[in-house]
Amino acid sequence: MGRYIVRRLLYLVVVLFVVSAITFGLMHAVPGGPFDREKALPPEIMANLEKRYHLDDPLVVQYANYLYDVFVPQFSTTATTISIEDDALLKFNVGGVYVRWMNFGPSFSSRSRTVNDIFRDQLPISIQLGILALLVALIIGMPMGILGALKQNTIFDYLGMSVAIFGVSVPVIVLGPILIWIFGVVLKVLPPTGWGAKPPYILGFIPSDLSWDGFWRFSIMPAIALGLGSSAIIARLTRASLLQVIREDYIRTARAKGLRENLVITRHALKNSLIPVVTILGPMFAALVTGTFVTELTFGIPGMGRYFVTSITNRDYPVIMGTILLYAFFLVIANLVVDIVYAYLDPRIRYD
Amino acid sequence: MTAQLNVESKHNLSGGQPLTQKRESLFADAFRRLLRNRAAVVGGSIIVILILLAVLAPVIAPAPYDLQVLDDQNTIPKWLTSVFPTMAPYARFSDSYPLGADYVGRDLLSRIIYGARISLTVAFIGPIISLIIGVTYGSISGFFGGRVDNVMMRFVDVLYAFPGLLFIILLMAFFRSTFSKPDPGSFSYAISQMDARMGGMLFIFIGIGLTAWETMARLTRGQVLSVREKEYIEAARTIGATNGRIMFNHILPNIVGPLVVAETLAIPGYISTEAFLSFIGIGVNPPTPSWGAMISDGAQVVRTYPNQTIFPALALAITMFAFNFLGDGLRDALDPRLRGTQ
Repeated sequence: MGRYIVRRLLYLVVVLFVVSAITFGLMHAVPGGPFDREKALPPEIMANLEKRYHLDDPLVVQYANYLYDVFVPQFSTTATTISIEDDALLKFNVGGVYVRWMNFGPSFSSRSRTVNDIFRDQLPISIQLGILALLVALIIGMPMGILGALKQNTIFDYLGMSVAIFGVSVPVIVLGPILIWIFGVVLKVLPPTGWGAKPPYILGFIPSDLSWDGFWRFSIMPAIALGLGSSAIIARLTRASLLQVIREDYIRTARAKGLRENLVITRHALKNSLIPVVTILGPMFAALVTGTFVTELTFGIPGMGRYFVTSITNRDYPVIMGTILLYAFFLVIANLVVDIVYAYLDPRIRYD
Repeated sequence: MTAQLNVESKHNLSGGQPLTQKRESLFADAFRRLLRNRAAVVGGSIIVILILLAVLAPVIAPAPYDLQVLDDQNTIPKWLTSVFPTMAPYARFSDSYPLGADYVGRDLLSRIIYGARISLTVAFIGPIISLIIGVTYGSISGFFGGRVDNVMMRFVDVLYAFPGLLFIILLMAFFRSTFSKPDPGSFSYAISQMDARMGGMLFIFIGIGLTAWETMARLTRGQVLSVREKEYIEAARTIGATNGRIMFNHILPNIVGPLVVAETLAIPGYISTEAFLSFIGIGVNPPTPSWGAMISDGAQVVRTYPNQTIFPALALAITMFAFNFLGDGLRDALDPRLRGTQ
């Protein structure tokens, strides 16, 4: 298992390398640059700006420098003052040596903010939304799927599966405005836009104020809009998998030995039926984390989504690169975690 | 096509010929099962209606989709106040717009009808592109196996780690700015002219095609691998069939069912991707009426004129419903073992 994890982490390095190369290539293949304006800047200013952001270097050098800044940790014996040039995402102190790691560089469209500043301010909000949506998906989807399988071909089953079809058919840009109109405009019970959580965050993303007014009032509607589609997928998968497991021989054996029905279901059937559900959580987490972009734009939430879209139109190279790399990292890690949990749930699976 | 298959299934039922196994019998049989699935029939009927709306849009729509009557901006017909009572105090009324007019006085209903063209085009072109790329890639990988397979699939694995939505946004921005001011006569000029003529759809197709083929490639490869070892392939080899003949005559016909089902179930995803791209403003070019762009325009005024966002949103949802129902029904029909399990 240990060797497997090491191999997967090496694979992660390859993935990040390829992803960064493709993104870098695409960004720079487009004619024009981040400092193009309707009225062209004087050539001296342009030259200075390009020198300032090292855009006058050959592309290969720029790419190598970028990789160096992001991936190679810097060591120093003093806690240097933070300037725009060396703002690292991870800073820690090991036995008197200060380690600074993951410098994603300055943001071209803002002279006073680095990409790391954007990550620190906006990323926690996107993560909060993504996790809430995943919870919504699990809390709605699993019970619906279990009920559907245990009471197959009854009204519960049909109702649940109709809701599931509804869930997969209604994307966020449809559900969002409808929810905003019903709960924000007509009933006036929830704020139509905005986000309540403010720093400092516990562990980097959990808001310290988890009250209704400070957090839930704002987050409940976007979380449902984003999570409902995934809850439908989980419901259908849980139902299908439980229906299959319930017909297995070992379930009949458990019943035959006189085990109570709820123990048969919880201990034998449910645990085994969870395996396919767990495998889909990796891709689903990925879809939800990137899906927060749509939700943020629909509900006016100040997360990563708006920054990414504006950074693309502004040709803000470091923000584009940083965001795509970070999300690719999330995706690979999420899939790795799923594979490990998978092996734990099903002892027949061995990775060597 | 429909009528033809229908006749054939009746023909089979009548028992005129004693159980002759025709070449199409699998599909005729599947079609009969599909017709018995009420949800799938409803979905299919909605899609037929949508196709008719899209094709006959110039005849059916009360106004051209880009006709602006600035005096009538944000007007609504009287009946809408019974659905949206909040609008009664301030709305201006004009009964010449069945669902109201938008912020520049374009008829909402006409734009929704024309919008069906965009979503349906994506619904039919998206699968074609992803099938062509995905099936070619997947079948080469699965057919040759070994090292070729390994390299090709590792590449797909890496692409899978690309955050899909971010990638397509990046691609669209890339296309939009690369082909914005090309020199006349160049290749990119021809491409951008073509895109402009299609209202900005060409790049949406390319973007969807480049991001959607990976799933198809994986599925095809898996199917090819499982079929490749069957006895009838071995038999074909022994009589000296070429690789191409085995691929096209023996393997592909046997894996087409799962591929069709997977593509049908992927269609709602393509539709919502186009809607999302237009929603954030990098999809179709205005004034092409995409439902996503209309939802986005309407969302700006959802508090005052909810009709401008709710109606296009409903149109999008109904279309996705229809394709989901049809896809589910098709899966059950082509693979009866799965019925009631997924």
